[in-house]
Amino acid sequence: MPKQIHLAAHFPGVNNTTVWSDPAAGSHIEFDSFVKLAQTAERAKFDFFFLAEGLRLREQGGQIYDLDVVGRPDTFTVLAALAAVTTRLGLAGTINSTFNEPYEVARQFASLDHLSDGRAAWNVVTSWDAFTGENFRRGGFLAEGDRYTRATQFLKTAKELFDSWPDDAIAADQDSGVFLRDPRAGAFRHTDQHFDISGRFNVPRSPQGRPVILQAGDSDAGREFAAATADAIFSRHGTLEDGQKFYADVKGRLAKYGREHNELLVLPAATFVLGDTDTDAQEKARIVRRQQVSGATAIKFLEQLWNRDLSAYDPDGPLPDIDPDVSDQHIARGRASVRLHRDPIEVANEWRDRATAEKLSIRELIIEVTGRQNFIGSATTVADALNELVQQDASDGFILVPHVTPGGLDEFADTVVPLLQERGVFRTDYEGPTLRDHLGLAVPGRPR
Amino acid sequence: MPNLHLAVALDGAGWHPSAWREPDARPQDLFTARYWIDLVAEAEAGKLDFVTIEDSLGLQTDDPAQVQGRLDAVLIASRVAPVTRHIGLVPTATVTHTEPFHISKAIATLDYVSKGRAGWRVQLSARPQEAAHFGRRDVDIETPAAIQDLFDEAADYVEAVRRLWDSWEDDAEIRDAATGRFIDRDKVHYINFEGRFFTVKGPSITPRPPQGQPVVTALGHAEIPYKFAARSADVAYVTPADADNARQIVGQVDLKHVFGDLVVFLEPTSPGFTVEPFSSDATVFSGTPAQLADLLLEWQAAGLSGFRLRPGRLPADLRGITRGLVPELQARGVFRTEYEASTLRGLLGLERPANRYAEGARVA
Repeated sequence: MPKQIHLAAHFPGVNNTTVWSDPAAGSHIEFDSFVKLAQTAERAKFDFFFLAEGLRLREQGGQIYDLDVVGRPDTFTVLAALAAVTTRLGLAGTINSTFNEPYEVARQFASLDHLSDGRAAWNVVTSWDAFTGENFRRGGFLAEGDRYTRATQFLKTAKELFDSWPDDAIAADQDSGVFLRDPRAGAFRHTDQHFDISGRFNVPRSPQGRPVILQAGDSDAGREFAAATADAIFSRHGTLEDGQKFYADVKGRLAKYGREHNELLVLPAATFVLGDTDTDAQEKARIVRRQQVSGATAIKFLEQLWNRDLSAYDPDGPLPDIDPDVSDQHIARGRASVRLHRDPIEVANEWRDRATAEKLSIRELIIEVTGRQNFIGSATTVADALNELVQQDASDGFILVPHVTPGGLDEFADTVVPLLQERGVFRTDYEGPTLRDHLGLAVPGRPR
Repeated sequence: MPNLHLAVALDGAGWHPSAWREPDARPQDLFTARYWIDLVAEAEAGKLDFVTIEDSLGLQTDDPAQVQGRLDAVLIASRVAPVTRHIGLVPTATVTHTEPFHISKAIATLDYVSKGRAGWRVQLSARPQEAAHFGRRDVDIETPAAIQDLFDEAADYVEAVRRLWDSWEDDAEIRDAATGRFIDRDKVHYINFEGRFFTVKGPSITPRPPQGQPVVTALGHAEIPYKFAARSADVAYVTPADADNARQIVGQVDLKHVFGDLVVFLEPTSPGFTVEPFSSDATVFSGTPAQLADLLLEWQAAGLSGFRLRPGRLPADLRGITRGLVPELQARGVFRTEYEASTLRGLLGLERPANRYAEGARVA
């Protein structure tokens, strides 16, 4: 049997991938939009639905960034409500390990797992910045270098809490009057440099034992964290060569933690544009890219690299002659991507050279250098390309990011999924009730 | 006399420690969505204003003969919201060890998923066991000053939450294709909350919820919590011993809505079941629906606007309320026969408030 593909639906996020100006674009806040996308994903037999999170509105140049979608609902609350309008779809939420505490997060995920009959997943993210910290009691308390040690200890502590109730702790025997068979159910004690907590956890063990753990970090520390603790890794390496390299790297780290190859799934984020023909799709993709990168957005992107106010520049004109400001104080706050730029002066020189050589304006250059869609083509072309990447071990599946809310997955569900099913690489129905069943992951045992 | 308002307080198998042993109890189902959906649907069939859902950041008891364990109340409310249409959903959430930023967006989101039916029962935690679950602070209630501090912190917390709810004006999202702006950032506000205990910058990541301000509620038994409720809440729950006591308490709590809490056991009870030696912080009523209706009307005349009834046994006493008490009150013309509004504020006769950050509101 060929390798089976796993698919997830990412609710469109608060960056320029999401085209809010499309006439078909709906609300990013009203619950009906979440219902629509989740039900489409479930109709197409997807593994899970995915929600990102950011705990402070993004800013650039000291002002709230207003060109992209702004605003999101609370992750846990939306997922619990979606459990009411779906029956099999996994429900994955991004929750920060810096501005939360293990007892509270563990009981929220355990509760979600109970309320969804075993469909909860947690994308563990870290942040350290004082900017986000301004919304929380402790402020920016965590040094950047400590974020993965806190995340690691946070997750370790949460797992101890998930495991703190024996499966059969509740007798609820009306005749004998014994409710709790094990009077010490939930007892825990955890002490390390970040947490010193003890007592009793107050949620009985949930259907999946623990929620499925996702992790998205790409740094060496992030990959190590995933190899040691995660069930799936949400990566950004969506091409064949890059994907294979990443895939081999993280799978290669599993052995030292005594884990098998299939205990960590690699699921890159992927965007797509479908058309009746490949040519039609290419033309659509070009239009979508221009929607995603308006002139104003292009200037803002350029400012993120240059780290300067470039509002006086014409997006249809040439790139600035001045060099980026490389001081520590960054013009853009609240987004992870600005830190991905390696040496800004070197990148600026590359961009200028390319713009000159190819006669590109600022906007045209930004369209070229920022994420092109991963899959563009007819349904057949896209199905083949997706399958190829999975069969060639560049991934185990994809977290698909539609660019229109909430209908952006409809065409994929209607045209690509049936082709994958025909090829025998994607389920035609759910085999079990829980997300662990969909992902082929065992219910973890309780250490004793 | 105006119609009275009725809520029920849902907690585990009911408020009596042996409730889970009753013949129609479902102790194996306490941690399932189905259990809570059935209870809230029963309350909605009875046209009740809202349900509250108890919660805490620790176990209820160490006694293995009683119910232990509970699911997060906000998530229960959210799970139930899409399958109910009219009834208000008021989960309990603790302020003492948690973040105002998180609670604010959670209750706002509950308001979105329920289309305007969210509330919040604010709870403080003074239990050392719960503090140890977080390991961040000790909670001291040894002196009156320490107790006052705990309530002052809760008041700051509610203020920060309320400001976060208002931090987006209703028309902040403009989707202006011509300028490419998704929001008008002049209508999204930093709250800059600074108090003795914490600061919160804002704005919320979640736009202003449908009700503007979801309904904030709090239980109190003494002067400090009464003042807290009057300052921070929309509905106070109080525990009078009798009508005179109710009159006296209403005089101390300056709010439109002061609800009397009562634990109720409605006849018939199952063979062998005895209420005693059970006692509670609230008056324990045991009798017929007609007797309960008499008592509620007497207390309403003393100034209470409504009641939060705590069913002693679930589902028996909830059914006693919805199928016994409610028809009795309807027959006396003091309780709704149909829902008259689609939001919780609407059911409680509370206007949708102006936004404190909006231009007109600032002048006023």
